[in-house]
Amino acid sequence: MRDLHNLGVAELAALLHKKEVSAVEVATRFLAGLGGNPHNAFLDINSEVTLAQAQASDAKLAAGTAGPLEGVPIAHKDVFVTQDFVTTAASKILTGYRSPFDATVVRKLREAGMVTLGKLNCDEFAMGSGNENSAFGVVSNPWESSHVPGGSSGGSAAAVAARLTPAATGTDTGGSIRQPAAFCGITGIKPTYGRASRYGMVAFASSLDQAGPMARSAEDCALLLSAMCGPDLDRDSTSLDVPAEDLSRDLDRPLATAGRQGGPLVIGVPEEWSEWSEGGLRNNDVSLDVLMPLTKALHQLIQLGAKVKRVGLADGNLAIPVYYIVACAEASSNLSRFDGVKFGHRAAQYSDLLDMYQKTRSEGFGDEVKRRIMTGAYVLSHGYYDAYYLQAQKIRRMIADDFQRAFAECDVIAGPVAPTTAWKLGEKTDDPVANYLADIFTLPASLAGLPCMSVPVGQSEGGMPVGMQLIGNYLDEARVLNVAHQFQLHTTHHTQAPGAAA
Amino acid sequence: MPLTSADITRIAKLARLELAPAEHQQMLDKINAFFGIVEQVNGVHTEGVVPMAHPVDAMQGSEAMALRLRPDLASEPNDREANQRSAPAVERGLFLVPKVIE
Repeated sequence: MRDLHNLGVAELAALLHKKEVSAVEVATRFLAGLGGNPHNAFLDINSEVTLAQAQASDAKLAAGTAGPLEGVPIAHKDVFVTQDFVTTAASKILTGYRSPFDATVVRKLREAGMVTLGKLNCDEFAMGSGNENSAFGVVSNPWESSHVPGGSSGGSAAAVAARLTPAATGTDTGGSIRQPAAFCGITGIKPTYGRASRYGMVAFASSLDQAGPMARSAEDCALLLSAMCGPDLDRDSTSLDVPAEDLSRDLDRPLATAGRQGGPLVIGVPEEWSEWSEGGLRNNDVSLDVLMPLTKALHQLIQLGAKVKRVGLADGNLAIPVYYIVACAEASSNLSRFDGVKFGHRAAQYSDLLDMYQKTRSEGFGDEVKRRIMTGAYVLSHGYYDAYYLQAQKIRRMIADDFQRAFAECDVIAGPVAPTTAWKLGEKTDDPVANYLADIFTLPASLAGLPCMSVPVGQSEGGMPVGMQLIGNYLDEARVLNVAHQFQLHTTHHTQAPGAAA
Repeated sequence: MPLTSADITRIAKLARLELAPAEHQQMLDKINAFFGIVEQVNGVHTEGVVPMAHPVDAMQGSEAMALRLRPDLASEPNDREANQRSAPAVERGLFLVPKVIE
């Protein structure tokens, strides 16, 4: 029997199109792997729905009307609403919620032929970086079960790393695709803000939220992202009016000619993140476990024809306060819709309408979500708006401008995803500020709205995966994916599986 | 400037949250720890910088930020049953809430 669990999206799609395996057979095998809910990665599965979708895929494959990804399984982060599966955003306040419609991203992936395996655990309302803020329990890292998988798309990263699914969707507000991808040794990309529709994504911070794929290679991510993106002008006010593209088109371009005017690709390394000098990287605030594989990866890219140079991102150190001001402000506004009236949890005992709102929300939201709502309400309140929210929006512009200056000198930017590898479960639970500080390298690109991804570059001494972050200019996803694919053609880090999955 | 206990009471009311006494103190401590980082933004020179509300602005200029309008036609079907499926209290197609006007 063929080992379907170790095949990627492109390989499975090819087998299905050649009819060497049926969609029902693929779905049955992947569903069988979900028994006992390994790593607590899934929040909802429904084999009847999955198998019905697979049967429909087989009919299309037989009729010759199959989509490019027909019959390939995918699982969705639980912030995408789905008609056929429960959607909770990992919050008690949405326990049992059934959406009347599918998110645009979910619909587009169905139209491309993908079969939904279920919904994936995450931090409550995507607020967190360790998946420890889920109302339905922590997710463990498949590489070391005592460690976090990263967050907020922790269930997505763990499920892909553990070979429970060949692909998953994630969402990235301040690093929630890149950081868990790095912590679990998989590949993930967040596109330019506005490329993927936010329609049907449970909103956290609307000016930052973006959907993206998480899989085991850049090639697979390119296929998935091409299917997910495209204008959704009537349903998402910030959807870009830019046609869908084949983001796989540049994958095979050699790096020696992948730069501007056909010259070598120029990789900028921000000196504020890790100083590139004499062929090495230095930063006392970044673990050697991360710096060493990253340095090696840059040398491999140089061997493939790229050039590496230092660039500056001077205002990036302000990204943490700016991000948490903006994101909390937007969250406090977005989460006001959870009031116990139209959907979700309602407190059992209350005296009047105000009391019902307060009791419902206090019972339904977890600690981190409450903190962010409170922080947001404070920075938006009378007398503080200018000092915090407006000031943060101005510095946000300065951070975006920094990137444009850097991209005048380079084609892509490379650096760490996080200062360390995955930490132990519980290690930072009581110290939210420590969690926020670990987001330093992923927040700037989120604030600017740039496409960015995480690519596995090796492991720490303790055997935990390390990711390299690649950031491109606006709408330059194809180039970022090109760099990642060329790297993966010549290295094997992305093929490494955690012990239990191998 | 650290937040006070009175600030927490005021914001909790604004945010429609009810905090138990222990939760109130913990909220105060943790939000103040976070504002230790936030204060960094105060010293930054931002005179003349145009606030950036979201990335489309930085990418395509403020013209692209103009709200799109679509024809004023009904585009969604009436899906009352599905829309009310997950409501906590529904009667005769209406969402039920506690009495607001005596």
